[in-house]
Amino acid sequence: MDLLQQLTQYAFSGLSTGAIYALIGLGFAIIYNATGIINFAQGEFVMLGGVLTHFFLIVLKLPAGVAMGGAVIATTVIGALFERLTIRPLKRPTPLSLVIITIGGSIFIRGVAMLVWGKDTQSLPPFSGEEPITLAGATVMPQHLWIFGITLLVIAANKFFFYYTIRGKAMRACSFNRTAASLVGIDVRKMVLLSFVISSAMGAMAGIIIAPLTMTAYDVGVMLGLKGFCAAIIGGMSSGFGTVLGGLLLGLLESLGAGLISSGYKDAIAFIILLLILFIRPQGLFSKAQTERV
Amino acid sequence: MKQYMAVLSAAAVMLFSLEAMAAGTIRIGALFSVTGPASFLGEPEKKTLEMLVKDLNAKGGIKGSKIELFIEDTQGDATKAMQLATKLIKNDKVVAIIGPSITGDTMAIIPLVEKEQIPLVSCAAGVKITDPVKKWVFKTPANDHVAGEKLLDYLGAKKQKNVALLTVSDAYGQSGREQLKALAVKKGFTLVADEVYSPKDTDMTAQLTKIKGTKAEAIICWGTNPGPAVVTRNVKQLGIKIPLYQSHGVASKKYIELAGAEAAEGVILPAGKLTVYDKLKKSDPQHKTLGEYDQAYRKSYGVEASTFGGYAHDAFELVVEAIKKSGSTPEQIRNGIEQVRKLVGVSGLFTMSPTDHNGLDLSAFEMVKVVKGDWELAK
Repeated sequence: MDLLQQLTQYAFSGLSTGAIYALIGLGFAIIYNATGIINFAQGEFVMLGGVLTHFFLIVLKLPAGVAMGGAVIATTVIGALFERLTIRPLKRPTPLSLVIITIGGSIFIRGVAMLVWGKDTQSLPPFSGEEPITLAGATVMPQHLWIFGITLLVIAANKFFFYYTIRGKAMRACSFNRTAASLVGIDVRKMVLLSFVISSAMGAMAGIIIAPLTMTAYDVGVMLGLKGFCAAIIGGMSSGFGTVLGGLLLGLLESLGAGLISSGYKDAIAFIILLLILFIRPQGLFSKAQTERV
Repeated sequence: MKQYMAVLSAAAVMLFSLEAMAAGTIRIGALFSVTGPASFLGEPEKKTLEMLVKDLNAKGGIKGSKIELFIEDTQGDATKAMQLATKLIKNDKVVAIIGPSITGDTMAIIPLVEKEQIPLVSCAAGVKITDPVKKWVFKTPANDHVAGEKLLDYLGAKKQKNVALLTVSDAYGQSGREQLKALAVKKGFTLVADEVYSPKDTDMTAQLTKIKGTKAEAIICWGTNPGPAVVTRNVKQLGIKIPLYQSHGVASKKYIELAGAEAAEGVILPAGKLTVYDKLKKSDPQHKTLGEYDQAYRKSYGVEASTFGGYAHDAFELVVEAIKKSGSTPEQIRNGIEQVRKLVGVSGLFTMSPTDHNGLDLSAFEMVKVVKGDWELAK
């Protein structure tokens, strides 16, 4: 295997892992843009998507479509309840207390999932076969193509929702100025709820499509959530291409770092990038200092 | 006066032991990581111990004394392990402790049990637990280097001299990595790659691509689920043709299930005999014990017994054997365990000595191969 072929494989591996990070990162960005909250329970939504699908599909033996739909719906309900029961009752929300609440919520969800479904790692069947696809001397799994495809679809749907529907526009208005938005008759609290609904549904979907590759267990949300958060930070918390590029960049650097430098530093590379960006360009790599964030 | 004092204290000691005898129970403590990252170890260990104690008490206990069990959950946290060990010794007044499940917890409480003089039979695999030997500390899982040696001997027989290592960056993987590196040098192997991955990594194609670019004739992956399952799938994805070896840490059906029978086909690893007990010769000394343990476990919990539960099984048998042979004070139990000869356990035949507090040798492992989603003895 020559170096060029190796580099191609590193690039493909990096991009396919990066797409996973991007998809999870988008969930962070949407809630942040509508509410200013960084929802650290986002990783748990991803976990719920995978674990619930496994539960419906393998344990209850429902058909695949019903199982996946059911998992998305159940996670969305949990996301909405999470907002209603923990975020909304807060009298004087400060960013710090909100962040701590979401961390607490994530630990709670993780604990309940562990009690209900046990601690074993579970695998899900891939959507379309296990035969690797060879591209330019490198290989990817068919499931990776699903991830790329669905990530693109999600971005397109996001763009459409936020720019061409009245609700989407209302959510953007809330992110610019909550007071002004409420003065023109937008129900800000409803928009916050909506943002949790959207991002928990997205998280669940991400969890479902990555589970056949990464497997799923009650505790997968922690690391995936953290990497998704990195992706969103690199992308400047944009809910569009910024975060996607952030995720792909992160995956690529991890993979090249592991391949060319040392695999011992793989996670260190991700978090050094995160720190550098927070120090040097807190607005993200791809945005100017004062741009709209949706 | 001096004599009088001696008599008095002797009387006090007798009174004390009489009281303990009158209570009629033997108090045994156990520390397992039932929840947390190492729960895959702690849970079967806890279940095994509960099952065995229930069984033994139903049969009338040891010489008429029932066993009273105190199980605590360390959650894989060394600080908690320390607090709970103190509680077991000071409050519950246990005469021996079984566990903890992981090396970190065990190392944390060793100074305490040495000071309090309570025998500890650890269920963790780390070699430093019993090397150097500590007076009050024993352990039941075979040392990593025993599994590593078994594996490298196999590779040697197959003339695969250029070896690539891929280990997980936790205590298990890094201990295995150190042992394998030392053994490889001693046995004349060449390490052509030394890669690591994190316990929660979901894709190891980068490391494997690097290995594919070397002259490796075999890959050794050292980790516990789910990492090795991901590695197995990635090896297939990249179309790597050289043999893949795993450690005894994934010697359960769960690994084959996670990796998928197709991807795992042909993977070879050193496994405790429990994994393949139904394929062992009838004459194997462990055949009966393994069968009994597996069937009892299935009957109680509806799932197959695991090697990990076996660690607790053996620890308990060691303590019971010691109590039967020499008595139920901490001192007697310690001496009793040290004198155990050829005790048949799940992990192997235990022969303890003042210089060996683990007591297992290479015969504790069998090389097994995945064939059509099941284990076969590897030739």
